[in-house]
Amino acid sequence: MKPDDPSITWLEEKPLGLAERLYLPLFVQGLATTARHLVSPKVTVSFPEQRPAVGNPLIYRGVHRLNRDEEGRVKCVACFLCATACPAHCIDIVATESPWPDREKYPEAFQIDELRCIFCGMCEEACPVDAIELTSLLDLTGKSREEMIFDKEKLLSVYDMTKDAEPMKSASLGGTL
Amino acid sequence: MPIVIVDGQEIEIGADERLNCIEAARRAGVEIPHYCWHPGLSVVASCRMCLIEAGQRDAETGNVSMIPKLVPGCQTPVKDGTVIVTESEKVRESRARVEEALLIDHPIDCPICDKAGECLLQDYHFEHGQAERRADIHPFTSRKRDVGPTVSLFVDRCIMCTRCVRFTREVSGTGELMVTSRGAKEEIDVFPGFPLDNKLAGNVVDLCPVGALGDKDFLYQQRVWFLKREANVCGGCSAGCSIYTEHNQDTVYRLKPRENPEVNTWWICDEGRYGWHHLHDDERLLTATRREGPAGHAGNGSPAAADETLEWADVVGRLQTDLQAAGSLAVAVSPMLTVEEAWMLCSVARSIDPEAFLALGHVPVAGDDETFPGGFTIRGEKCPNKRGVEAVLALFGSGGHSWNDLLAHVAAGKASAAWITAGYPKAWIDEATAATFTGLACLVVQDLFDSPLMAQATWRLPAVGFAERAGTWVNVAHHAQSFRQAIRPPAGVWPEGRLFWNMLGRRGLYDPVAIRQELAESAAPFAALAGEMPAIGVDLRVRQLA
Repeated sequence: MKPDDPSITWLEEKPLGLAERLYLPLFVQGLATTARHLVSPKVTVSFPEQRPAVGNPLIYRGVHRLNRDEEGRVKCVACFLCATACPAHCIDIVATESPWPDREKYPEAFQIDELRCIFCGMCEEACPVDAIELTSLLDLTGKSREEMIFDKEKLLSVYDMTKDAEPMKSASLGGTL
Repeated sequence: MPIVIVDGQEIEIGADERLNCIEAARRAGVEIPHYCWHPGLSVVASCRMCLIEAGQRDAETGNVSMIPKLVPGCQTPVKDGTVIVTESEKVRESRARVEEALLIDHPIDCPICDKAGECLLQDYHFEHGQAERRADIHPFTSRKRDVGPTVSLFVDRCIMCTRCVRFTREVSGTGELMVTSRGAKEEIDVFPGFPLDNKLAGNVVDLCPVGALGDKDFLYQQRVWFLKREANVCGGCSAGCSIYTEHNQDTVYRLKPRENPEVNTWWICDEGRYGWHHLHDDERLLTATRREGPAGHAGNGSPAAADETLEWADVVGRLQTDLQAAGSLAVAVSPMLTVEEAWMLCSVARSIDPEAFLALGHVPVAGDDETFPGGFTIRGEKCPNKRGVEAVLALFGSGGHSWNDLLAHVAAGKASAAWITAGYPKAWIDEATAATFTGLACLVVQDLFDSPLMAQATWRLPAVGFAERAGTWVNVAHHAQSFRQAIRPPAGVWPEGRLFWNMLGRRGLYDPVAIRQELAESAAPFAALAGEMPAIGVDLRVRQLA
């Protein structure tokens, strides 16, 4: 597009009025904002000594977990829809025939690179069997890059760790399975 | 010329063409949905998806009289004045009903079905079906049954189009598959004790419009929407079937036949279909190495000289120097190479030694040609480009020299250096034959895998496989097909063409199309390769008579 394009409307900057030119009224406005925050209640938390409160764990997007079904097996059916939806390409699945008669396919390996993940929650949204969910765990740390690649066992252990505090979302939200 | 009216659009068809409504509509750019009809199989008109309205326009009065009921498009031939209506309310309603009936007991397990993404039931349901399910049954799983060593049948996903049954009866001629029971209880099955194990069995998986037949080799490996496809040519035998190489991140996952009326029609054999596993074999040679001393040096009991691993950029110059120093050269041009690569190799050889002995490399043969009742032939000659290499050798005045001639030439002591290109997926040379080359001043071997010959070589250069090359292959019927590289070779491996290109001192990246154009302009036998190559290839002999 060129500067003389007919679809461009050129606007003139408004000339400064008396208040703007004096500068003082704006200065007072700024001071008032600062003063208001000085007396208002504090929202800053001294992390990690103090834990921030998670507003609604149902919609919080923290560390992933892989849910288990009633029999304790991984719920995932290895359909790759989370990997397809993932914009960061951080999910890596190896599918194979399941050892159970009632299921056809299951993940032999399931890896999420938590460093690559952008915590958008699309995997959770894409999952047709509510197997992958984002918990409200927010302090994710590790000493190496390898440690931050979560495999199936680790993701299942996140479920075991959080299942009591955060029940599977599918039940309360009317999930598909 | 006969005129057919498709949705009000008049199209001309050939005077002696025998088309049905689906084919005629396709000419007009209208796709009539269909499951059971396939151009390569007989017509059964059983799926009822292609129901359309048809009629006839009176040539004299111009009045159109329609058949009162819907007719199957696959079974209705067109002639002059045939009127086809594909988008009327009646047709749309019928398609929605057919879709609904098919889906009553079809398991809704698309997330775990390998066909999802390329499934006609999905596509047609999305386009022609209805959003609501009125049936109160929600089947989620499908029974699975083994029908052969390479194929699994998911019984409940089947929509009974019987394409697979007709394929085994009409094309492979083996007739393993059948329909058991009747009505809603119909199922595909094999006869007890006769598994689906013919040499074309994999085609039934391609034919299946839904996810009922699964290829065990591909099952659960990858979702189809991750795959990219490249139009390639199969290197398994001299038939040179057109294929699609389907790959993701430089890994081949499966090969699919590509329709080519001149070569393989709609099919490929299982040997070709599963003939890509060697590309990802751990045993492949990945580095270029050079060893001091004459060929077979290490094998003669003397202490093995340390192999020196070289960068490809250094290979270009040092290989040339070594060969020049060694004296009279003999070159085996492998029938696995493309025409472009063969021509460059011959040019390089003649620039090093103007008297170089050029010969066709080893031609692997396994049994005789095998023709199936449907007309499909698997060739016994297991290399894709014997005709092309022979034509190139003829340009250099070495036509007719075979691998045995080269062996005799070397055994007679007429050569002091040899350059053997190979690239065969299977073991191809024995110790005794390899011993012919012992003692040569310089032996260059380019191959995919280690072999007795490779053990003797002074220069061991890795080769690439079929999906990793680009160029032109000429099949047994002198039909030439050009293709591009589908995947990159393993890290650090140069395709043969790239090495020859650099040894010829050419600038820039290796460009097989430029070589093909040069060849077409300069050599009469390759004149047909000039310009843009059609996807189905050209007959190499076509412009030689003109």
